[in-house]
Amino acid sequence: MTTLTPSRTRTLSHLDWLEADAIHILREVVGQCANPVLLFSGGKDSICLLRLAEKAFRPAPLPFPLLHIDTGHNYPEVLAFRDERAAELGARLIVRSVEDSIARGSVVLRDPGESRNRHQSVTLLETIEAFGFDACIGGARRDEEKARAKERIMSLRDAFGQWDPKQQRPELWSLYNARTHPGENIRAFPISDWTELDVWQYIRRERLALPSIYFAHYRPVVRVGSRLRPVTPLTPAREEERIETLRVRFRTVGDITCTAPVASEADTLEAIIAETAAATQSERGATRFDDHTSESSMEERKKAGYF
Amino acid sequence: MSSPHAFPEIDDHGLLRFLTCGSVDDGKSTLIGRLLHDTRAILADTLETLAATSRRRGLDGVDLSLLTDGLAAEREQGITIDVAYRYFTTGTRKYIIADAPGHEQYTRNMVTAASNADLAIILIDARRGVQTQTRRHAYLAHLLGIPNLVVAVNKMDLVDHDAEVFARIRRDFLDFAAWLGIEGACFVPISALHGDNVVERGPHLDWYRGPTLVELLECAPSAQGTRPDVFRCPVQYVCRPRDSADPALHDYRGYMGRVESGAIAVGDAVMALPSGRTSRVRDIQIGGVGQPEAGPEQSVTLLLEDALDISRGDLLVRPDQAPAPRRELEAHLCWLAERPLSASRHYLLRHTTREVRARVAAIEHRIDLNALTHQPATELGMNDIARLRLRLAQPIHPDPYASNRATGAFVLIDESTNDTVGAGMIL
Ligand SMILES: Nc1nc2c(ncn2[C@@H]2O[C@H](COP(=O)(O)OP(=O)(O)OP(=O)(O)O)[C@@H](O)[C@H]2O)c(=O)[nH]1
Ligand SMILES: [Mg+2]
Repeated sequence: MTTLTPSRTRTLSHLDWLEADAIHILREVVGQCANPVLLFSGGKDSICLLRLAEKAFRPAPLPFPLLHIDTGHNYPEVLAFRDERAAELGARLIVRSVEDSIARGSVVLRDPGESRNRHQSVTLLETIEAFGFDACIGGARRDEEKARAKERIMSLRDAFGQWDPKQQRPELWSLYNARTHPGENIRAFPISDWTELDVWQYIRRERLALPSIYFAHYRPVVRVGSRLRPVTPLTPAREEERIETLRVRFRTVGDITCTAPVASEADTLEAIIAETAAATQSERGATRFDDHTSESSMEERKKAGYF
Repeated sequence: MSSPHAFPEIDDHGLLRFLTCGSVDDGKSTLIGRLLHDTRAILADTLETLAATSRRRGLDGVDLSLLTDGLAAEREQGITIDVAYRYFTTGTRKYIIADAPGHEQYTRNMVTAASNADLAIILIDARRGVQTQTRRHAYLAHLLGIPNLVVAVNKMDLVDHDAEVFARIRRDFLDFAAWLGIEGACFVPISALHGDNVVERGPHLDWYRGPTLVELLECAPSAQGTRPDVFRCPVQYVCRPRDSADPALHDYRGYMGRVESGAIAVGDAVMALPSGRTSRVRDIQIGGVGQPEAGPEQSVTLLLEDALDISRGDLLVRPDQAPAPRRELEAHLCWLAERPLSASRHYLLRHTTREVRARVAAIEHRIDLNALTHQPATELGMNDIARLRLRLAQPIHPDPYASNRATGAFVLIDESTNDTVGAGMIL
């Protein structure tokens, strides 16, 4: 028999606790669902998620494939990173693009320049159906947005991918209920309780590699209100806009047309963590062009099947 | 963004989960807004959005409750419907807050929030004193085994910061708490709206010499500190990487699960339930790295010396601490579904990672939270709480909820809808 000190003298650090909790959730998904998939975009949250999955199932290979829904408007260095990381892990990476949904006619753009971000939902649903996935594991966090703050860790979506915030399953203790009827699926969020700062601290602790655009670099941008819009072939400067080359980094990486960098000198993880701790602008507030159309734009998008 | 401060060191006291509860409009959401605001967890742009929304709604100041009432329906009605989670850190501890709704019709969401909390803040409007819903939430917090209770008497600004009002409410609460068997609550007079005694002391309540709300949070013991010492590890998943390219892994069999309580070390004897077979721990892996021992709340992979037949739903314990098998349970149950509990139906009962069919043998009584009495009942409606007996198709190996939340809790699932319909605490 052991002589370990009793439990009351041990306390896990907050990162250890968050990690153990996320691993518990990942194992519940795999224990309960027949055909899960992990959404991996190459962004920082999904990089953490992938590391957690690795740690959850070692020494076995990942018990699920990776999926990325490509809007066709992603930064090439992020896509390259995505592919490298998947290959390194020997994981199966499924990529489906909004472009294909447009070709099929299931996505119709109002105009060719419209952001494809919200149309990802359609492509995601088509992919879920084609592969018969019953659970999608995602890296969304409750601190990102007020509708997300309300969502369960295992969140049921109906056959149209819709979230019904008024009919969420009670989720008690750690007794997650990931049961689905055919056609429905579960969105599982193992890092729900992580904040942006936790993510950065975890990346530093685990020495995780990141796409270069997360670190300060010089980039041509134009100022749009309080935000910066990157000047790219997709998002060229308008005639009246003045192009400046600023030192910037991305706090979140997504579709080029709706993600903005922030001015920053932080070119190491330590500097990014310090900036994050002292930030005065929220992650989505500083960087997203799609969350500001109304008080409840995220809730509306989630009800319609968005992650 | 510029100039780094020191790294936020928040590892010392780990993490604390708490919820705010109490009657409708007692100021729960406002209090959370205040906590986040005064610990600088609300960022400038979020605050600007709140200010703009408050102005649009014709309010004078910033309505901090808009911060957690994140659903369109909640903002329309000015009430909280479902739990919102929020986060802040004080430099020594990370906090996860659950803002629970006060309305009776959303009691099930309050129960959801309470199930994981280490501490409950029960708010009471100083003008109105202890209400039915205050009693209800205090009872639920107690029933769900939340180890620390803090009663915050709010809106002290509306009663001229009167010490006598605070003292009276404290007496009222203690009277009824004694009836319920609640021991050891802390009391603090506050104004969530103006911030007195939340993070800052403020000038108005100088007759109160006790700790502020945040000081109470900072020193509250976390769940880890209150877990029992018996080793319990429900198996979530068995790792058998047979097909892996590495032939060394051909015979690998790792039992994956979370240590819900107690500790285990390499070499210790373990027993798998329900089979009762025993072996010894050959290796403990955390994140794929071998460790000599593991303790509560760690997600582990255990390798045993013998190849036992163990699968998801089994429970690993020490041979001399094995809980007895039970096919009949005596439990408190909160009914969470619109459709009433029916004694003629089977439900799926999930206990740790194990699922068995169950049916109600008898409802002993329903607890009337308004009158604080026990009523006979044949049916349970949404938000009802009852003491009942269940009969199970296969045995489970539970602990009493009062001694172990993780192995004393279960949920009932309706197999026709797949909904979680009941939350149970084993006696
Ligand atoms: N004067 C005063 N008003 C307060 C105080 N705290 C809250 N209020 C007001 O009380 C009202 C209700 O506050 P909420 O925070 O929405 O109440 P709640 O308890 O979250 O309500 P539900 O979640 O719907 O049960 C709001 O108008 C607040 O501004 C206080 O300390 N003093
Ligand atoms: Mg509220």
